[in-house]
Amino acid sequence: MRVGIPRSLLYYKYLPFWKTFLAELGLEVETSPLTNKQILSWGVEVAENELCVPVKAFYGHCMALRGKVDALFVPRVVSVEEREYTCPKFLGLPDMVAAVADQLELPPLLTPKLNQREKPSEFKWQLINFAREEFGVGIMDAVAALETARLAQSRYQESLVNGHKPLDMLPASRLNRTRWKAPKDKRKRIGLLGHPYNIYDGYITQNLVARLEEMGAELVVPEMTDHHVLMQAATDVPKQLYWTYEKEIMGAINHWTGNNLVDGVIYVLAFACGPDSLVQVLIEHRARMHKVPLMSLTIDEHSGEAGLVTRIEAFTDMLMRKKTKAEAVA
Amino acid sequence: MKVSCPHMGHLHWMLDDLFERLGVDYVKPPPTTTKTLTIGAKHSPEFACLPLKINVGNFVEALELGADTLIMAGGHGPCRFGYYGIVEERILRDLGYDFKFIMLEPFDDGKWAFYKTFESLSPGLSIRKLWKTLKASFSKGRAFDEIYKRSLQVRAYEVNRGDTTRALKEAEQVLVPAYTPEEIEEGARESLAIIDAVDQDLDREVLKVGIVGEFFLLLEPFSNFGLEEILGPMGVYIERSVWVTDWIAPNRDNKIYGFPKQLVEEKAAPYLSHNVGGEGRETIGSIVLMAERGFDGIIQLLPFGCMPENIATSIIPKVQREHDIPVLTLAFDEQTGRAGLVTRVEAFVDLLVARRGSKLALAGAATATDAATKQPSLSKI
Ligand code: SF4
Ligand code: SF4
Repeated sequence: MRVGIPRSLLYYKYLPFWKTFLAELGLEVETSPLTNKQILSWGVEVAENELCVPVKAFYGHCMALRGKVDALFVPRVVSVEEREYTCPKFLGLPDMVAAVADQLELPPLLTPKLNQREKPSEFKWQLINFAREEFGVGIMDAVAALETARLAQSRYQESLVNGHKPLDMLPASRLNRTRWKAPKDKRKRIGLLGHPYNIYDGYITQNLVARLEEMGAELVVPEMTDHHVLMQAATDVPKQLYWTYEKEIMGAINHWTGNNLVDGVIYVLAFACGPDSLVQVLIEHRARMHKVPLMSLTIDEHSGEAGLVTRIEAFTDMLMRKKTKAEAVA
Repeated sequence: MKVSCPHMGHLHWMLDDLFERLGVDYVKPPPTTTKTLTIGAKHSPEFACLPLKINVGNFVEALELGADTLIMAGGHGPCRFGYYGIVEERILRDLGYDFKFIMLEPFDDGKWAFYKTFESLSPGLSIRKLWKTLKASFSKGRAFDEIYKRSLQVRAYEVNRGDTTRALKEAEQVLVPAYTPEEIEEGARESLAIIDAVDQDLDREVLKVGIVGEFFLLLEPFSNFGLEEILGPMGVYIERSVWVTDWIAPNRDNKIYGFPKQLVEEKAAPYLSHNVGGEGRETIGSIVLMAERGFDGIIQLLPFGCMPENIATSIIPKVQREHDIPVLTLAFDEQTGRAGLVTRVEAFVDLLVARRGSKLALAGAATATDAATKQPSLSKI
């Protein structure tokens, strides 16, 4: 049986885990191609207009797998941390896709529910039961698959912490990858803040990563910091955030500004992103308090390349001037 | 200490009562107006959902009136509401206001913290007294909900336009002074009787429309341009899926709405089987429930970009197809104008009338096939 993983949303976080797990269960795994014009326009056409662009793209990726696989893997990732949630849209994703599945002739959906909100250990059983119920895999085999998958994921996360970018490890393309060699003149340390499925989807964010590196920026991304450090750094608010991924973002900017790790921050957020629309206020405040220049880049399916380039150029130039001035004073 | 908290429809009646009982000096924000929203929108992030912008406007206006302690309800997600307070506080502090900020977290999240929050407003308050007070104010809130609910049904039949709204004003005034449990009970009866006494033409053929969607949009007439009072005079009998006291009551038995949360969730399950925050799942379940009960159409209200409702909106076309019920989705933000809204609502009502006509005709024609009753589906007009 061939199972398709849409190359969108949480693919950018958990691909090693999912792919290994499914493969270990004896399934053939196929991913959709990188986001392209066709995929995004499919998504924009079928998705409800008010949704954020990555969710729209997700629909397109599901469509891109039609005829290629026997089933689509669309897990319901409710929670990945105790007492927290992901984003409401991940909670409803399988139902949203199911609502258009007949019409679009999508393959059947595999929608295991992953919820660690009440008890982190439940996660394991949710996947084991999924493997048993859907594929008749024995419990020992499922446990073994889970272990292998867990190792693959932690290897992935370790290399991220060691400075590799997700794009170095996830299948990329010519346009959508980090430079093999960064320029010598690494003068601007830019923190690139945002959800990985936006930042690393080169089509959605117009190759932002590659462009910034070409401009000589030394990129600092949240994935470079150990997850627990980010989580700890995010606790600096009057009430704990209940969205894990925003917590990572919040933790990243706190960690960077608190330890003087960046000269400026580019904050990429999707138009109509619910969680970011609020967290933005706290993030901008934090940057102001620490006098770190921050540029918020809102992206949607209409974002033009020209506008983006002008803005990031202006921003990096400004950082450069600021730095030169500071050095002159010193 | 001058305490204030934002408006949400007729919640203020209950708060008036509650703060009076607790001996708290309550600065009621001025009624929400376009100016309130303009202030709120100016200082809030662009993509924040509409209720937050209105909250910020209410807070600013209350602070200007001298409020020094602001209360905001909390929650634990997954939608934005539970984190509103923290962001609102930040916005207001960045504007330079000085105040004490209190997040009132749900009772279930910590009974002691819940009590302590009230105790900080009303020093010396005992748990027993708090409980009694909440119970009394809540029962008054229930009575208010009842009269508003009844008015949505009576208005469709009123002989003289405006009578129901006038009766409602009168009924409110009957309830306001009610204090003891007996008085509240008596007031509830009397106020309902006032609504029922409106001169009605019960032979009139009315349309039955369900209003579903995001709680704030449903509860706050300012935010939906008084949609119910636009629809009622068109001869539309309305039921609504969210009520203030249903929304507050921790058991969610939906006493006012009449259909417990659990039932609504079961109805939603074939389409949306998981909680997605806000009222997303309840919206789907209520559409199914109302379709099954023979409603002519549904209007879904949501703030632009509302996550739970956008999920519901994504699923509604399927529900519509399978239950053969027209649904009009209306999203609101600070740019929404009344005129455009009225036009869309009128067009929708016309469509429902036309549809009803064909349905009535079909009911008479024994040979009618099922397919003939299907109208072109309309997800958005
Ligand atoms: S977190 Fe934001 S960008 Fe991500 S799915 Fe949710 S709304 Fe969309
Ligand atoms: S239900 Fe929707 S509009 Fe209301 S607070 Fe939540 S996200 Fe915002």
